[in-house]
Amino acid sequence: MKYDPFVLPFISGMAFVLIVVIGKWTIWFKGLPFSDKKKFLNGLFSRKFIYASREVVSESMLHRKVFRSNFWLGYMHMSLAFGWFLLIVAGNLETRWYSHGTINPPWYPIFFEFFVHDLKELPYRRFFVFAMDFLLLFVLSGLFIAIYKRYRSGFVGMKKTTRQKTIDKLALTSLWMIFPLRLLAESFNAGLYDTGGFLTNTLGHYFARFLPLELLRYPAWLAYSIALGTFFVSMPFTRYMHILTEIFLIFLRRFGIREKQAHSTFTDVELNACSRCGICIDKCQLSSDLEINNIQPAYFLRDLRDRKPDLFKTETCLICGRCNTSCPVGIENTNIRLNERSIHQFFSANAYEYIGKQEVKNGKVAFFAGCMGHLNPLTIKAMLTLFEKAGVEFTFVDENGSICCGRPLKLSGNFMAAGNLVAKNKDLIRESKAEILVTTCPICYKMFRDDYRLDIPVYHHSEYLLKLVEENKLDPGFSPSTVVFHDPCDLGRGSGIYEQPRRLIARSYSLVEADHKKKDSLCCGGSLGITALSGENRKTLTEATIASLTLNHPEIIATACPLCKKTFAGQADVRVADIAELLLEAVDHKPADHKATSVAMHKPADCLEEVEI
Amino acid sequence: MDKTVAVVGGGVAGLAAAAALNQLGYRVLLYEKEAFTGGNVRNWDRLFPKARNAREVVDELASSLTGLTEIATGTFVNSVKSTDGLFEIESSGRPAYADAVLLTTGFELFDARKKEEYGYGIFENVITSADLEKMFASSGKPLMADGSEPKKVAFIHCVGSRDEKVNKPYCSKVCCVTAVKQAVEVREALPECEVYNFYMDLRMFGTGYEQLYKEAQVKGVNFIRGRLSEANETRTHQVMIKAEDTLVSRPLQITVDLVVLMVGMSPAGSTMTILKSLGLLGNEDGFAGIANAHTGSTLTLKKGVFVAGACSGPANITDSVNEARAAALRIHQYLGGV
Ligand SMILES: Cc1cc2nc3c(=O)[nH]c(=O)nc-3n(C[C@H](O)[C@H](O)[C@H](O)COP(=O)(O)OP(=O)(O)OC[C@H]3O[C@@H](n4cnc5c(N)ncnc54)[C@H](O)[C@@H]3O)c2cc1C
Ligand code: SF4
Ligand code: SF4
Ligand code: SF4
Repeated sequence: MKYDPFVLPFISGMAFVLIVVIGKWTIWFKGLPFSDKKKFLNGLFSRKFIYASREVVSESMLHRKVFRSNFWLGYMHMSLAFGWFLLIVAGNLETRWYSHGTINPPWYPIFFEFFVHDLKELPYRRFFVFAMDFLLLFVLSGLFIAIYKRYRSGFVGMKKTTRQKTIDKLALTSLWMIFPLRLLAESFNAGLYDTGGFLTNTLGHYFARFLPLELLRYPAWLAYSIALGTFFVSMPFTRYMHILTEIFLIFLRRFGIREKQAHSTFTDVELNACSRCGICIDKCQLSSDLEINNIQPAYFLRDLRDRKPDLFKTETCLICGRCNTSCPVGIENTNIRLNERSIHQFFSANAYEYIGKQEVKNGKVAFFAGCMGHLNPLTIKAMLTLFEKAGVEFTFVDENGSICCGRPLKLSGNFMAAGNLVAKNKDLIRESKAEILVTTCPICYKMFRDDYRLDIPVYHHSEYLLKLVEENKLDPGFSPSTVVFHDPCDLGRGSGIYEQPRRLIARSYSLVEADHKKKDSLCCGGSLGITALSGENRKTLTEATIASLTLNHPEIIATACPLCKKTFAGQADVRVADIAELLLEAVDHKPADHKATSVAMHKPADCLEEVEI
Repeated sequence: MDKTVAVVGGGVAGLAAAAALNQLGYRVLLYEKEAFTGGNVRNWDRLFPKARNAREVVDELASSLTGLTEIATGTFVNSVKSTDGLFEIESSGRPAYADAVLLTTGFELFDARKKEEYGYGIFENVITSADLEKMFASSGKPLMADGSEPKKVAFIHCVGSRDEKVNKPYCSKVCCVTAVKQAVEVREALPECEVYNFYMDLRMFGTGYEQLYKEAQVKGVNFIRGRLSEANETRTHQVMIKAEDTLVSRPLQITVDLVVLMVGMSPAGSTMTILKSLGLLGNEDGFAGIANAHTGSTLTLKKGVFVAGACSGPANITDSVNEARAAALRIHQYLGGV
């Protein structure tokens, strides 16, 4: 006998979720742009497929990245996902073994012990019985942490745990019920027929002493089946869809598919892949410093998934990227948010047409200071002096004032208007006939690199100055001062540059580290990604970041971003300086001297008569 | 009567208070960290509103002190401890005790280098209002770094005041009228020189100030409503400044020979340290906190501790001196003299 009506809830649930998942995967795939479809098909028959499969094991099963965030949180996810998976595999093996390789109906391994009471014929019986009990215990231990986390989230290193909707609660309850019910059903079985191992047999014989197991056995198996069925049916409507979506996402991403400049079905995949683990809530400074607790990806993505986008949530975000780097699923949160912002573009397509043509001189190296850069003349002066000292043939592209690189507009979702500025700057850069472009501003740098499609390489000055030093074109001396480096959002998380500025500083100064550094560094508070943040709130963020930076009592806070520098300088008690200034001081072998002699500018600024520009 | 009052800070407020306390019969210990008394006013040339010589004011106040005041110049007060109504003054000099304490620690000039985009300390022809006072005192006119006379001067109001970005949200009160005064002085000293004042709005609060503003307009000073965004140095070491003329909503760019930054008043560093040592707090801007704005501006929340002058917020000389004398009377009340 391999069938009993009690398996029906399980079967129907399972069939339902399978149909939905296959349907969704198909719709998502069909909705991809042609180029992405091609990437997908090519990827299926390449090594990328193997890499993706490996990632599925390490992330969807083992939850390696969650482990990195917190051991117990990782253990919880792993025991539930990997433990359950192993249970299924072991169960399948067991039944296959028992029935000598014949193909069984899908419910048979799940409810095996209901159908088979005499396991004597099962080879390696002791091993299987032990393994099944052990795995069940493993899953139950994860479940225990999950339940504990609901009430004491601090235990898994989290301050906040995600808030739930009703359907989520139903899914969660059925999920929580599955394994205890399985334990009961198997124990009852074991109490009657001795089918269990160290766990279920012990429990079963204990129950047998005072419970009418004969009577309870069937309801227990039925309840187990109902719990499974309910969970499966609720899956597509809840965050548990993430289990089946993450796998698909991993393949898409491994095949080279990314967010574009508008929502696509790839976005839908990402939205469904968010497990609402809540890690991003804790990492977000708006939450940790300002108690703004409803805008983080966990909620923002959920609203998008439910097709209920909220403008306030969309706008309230620093675009600092801390949620991107901490997200175990690797969702491109900030890109999704920018695309969502771009639905509400305020500027018309012909914005900035009034900006006239600017003149630019030729040079091998084009130097671009940017609008923010122009608010930091010390940095500009240091760069120009360093260029001259290193004998670099350069041209100061935006000497007479910058045309904005366009990133602030992009951050506000005004992609079209940004595009107009991009075109104007591209012309200037092309006209300079330069072979490389150097900028002191990470915001411009990221824009040049990701959005300009220039045919010359782009360097952030931290990279370029390090190159000059390593090529012995500059010879910095030593200084006893201690310096901490602040990783600007767009340079570190945004562009992956963490080491070059540190190496540059460490050549001449003693480098100390901040409390939050590199990927985990904090936003300075000056973020251009948010317009809806009060000065008071910005100050609070800046204060927290300065506190993190000054943990080891540095004498100087070094930045490599004109915006961070300005933001800190207004509030910090220690000196704030750009890495270019520090390098120049080290090259001159002397401490800070603000009355440094002025450099002869490469190109004279026109002496204009009160001109309107 | 044998009571002693410690006055911390020998600016105009400290001097005026000490003299008043002397007249009421109190012994005064007057602490001044610099070698001379007079405070910031010592560095000014001619004062608004009526171009009176600044030295004269300091000398007048200093000469009214009597033998009851012991002046400790070059003595920095670190903290004050209070025990049972007696105050122990811890300074770089010998320790001393007093029955009451008056803080007249005044203000410090905002460090214009914190507003890097204006180029102070980077571009040679960017100076502060305080630098200009020194020029007037030494050569009677403004000069460029190379010693020549400027043909175009721009005054930039609100540098380090009314600016959230440098953590100074408050108005420094006296810099508007100082800028107007200095603009007139430039026009008088160099009649050919064009003068531009970039302001947010003009705060001519005192008697005679509005007249001074009228006088400036008559004398050809150009007033442009708009905040500077940035300054750049040209090859000829002139300064190109960018601003927005908010009256006509147009960005504008102008190249001048000399830029004068009207630096604001920041709280003196030691005000907060001394307050803390007494268990007192500063106000939200970092100046000394007062008991109440209308009837208790010289009182703090601690009995026996009083404040006067610019240490509790930006003030002109008139108000600083008046407050100092009012504080003397409050101290007299406190010590049981009335
Ligand atoms: C550029 C400029 C021009 C101005 N021109 C005019 C003008 O024309 N007319 C006018 O009415 N006002 C003018 N003012 C305002 C005027 O300077 C102030 O009103 C006046 O200085 C306030 O006096 P005070 O005694 O309160 O403070 P301060 O003048 O600041 O005196 C405080 C004194 O306390 C001392 N001190 C501080 N801490 C300690 C310590 N811990 N131990 C010992 N000593 C200490 C300081 O050294 C200083 O001498 C001008 C201000 C500026 C910035
Ligand atoms: S976005 Fe990432 S970190 Fe945030 S809840 Fe979703 S899966 Fe977790
Ligand atoms: S980008 Fe930064 S501010 Fe925005 S949600 Fe992520 S962590 Fe929070
Ligand atoms: S007095 Fe005038 S210049 Fe000074 S801070 Fe106030 S408004 Fe600005």
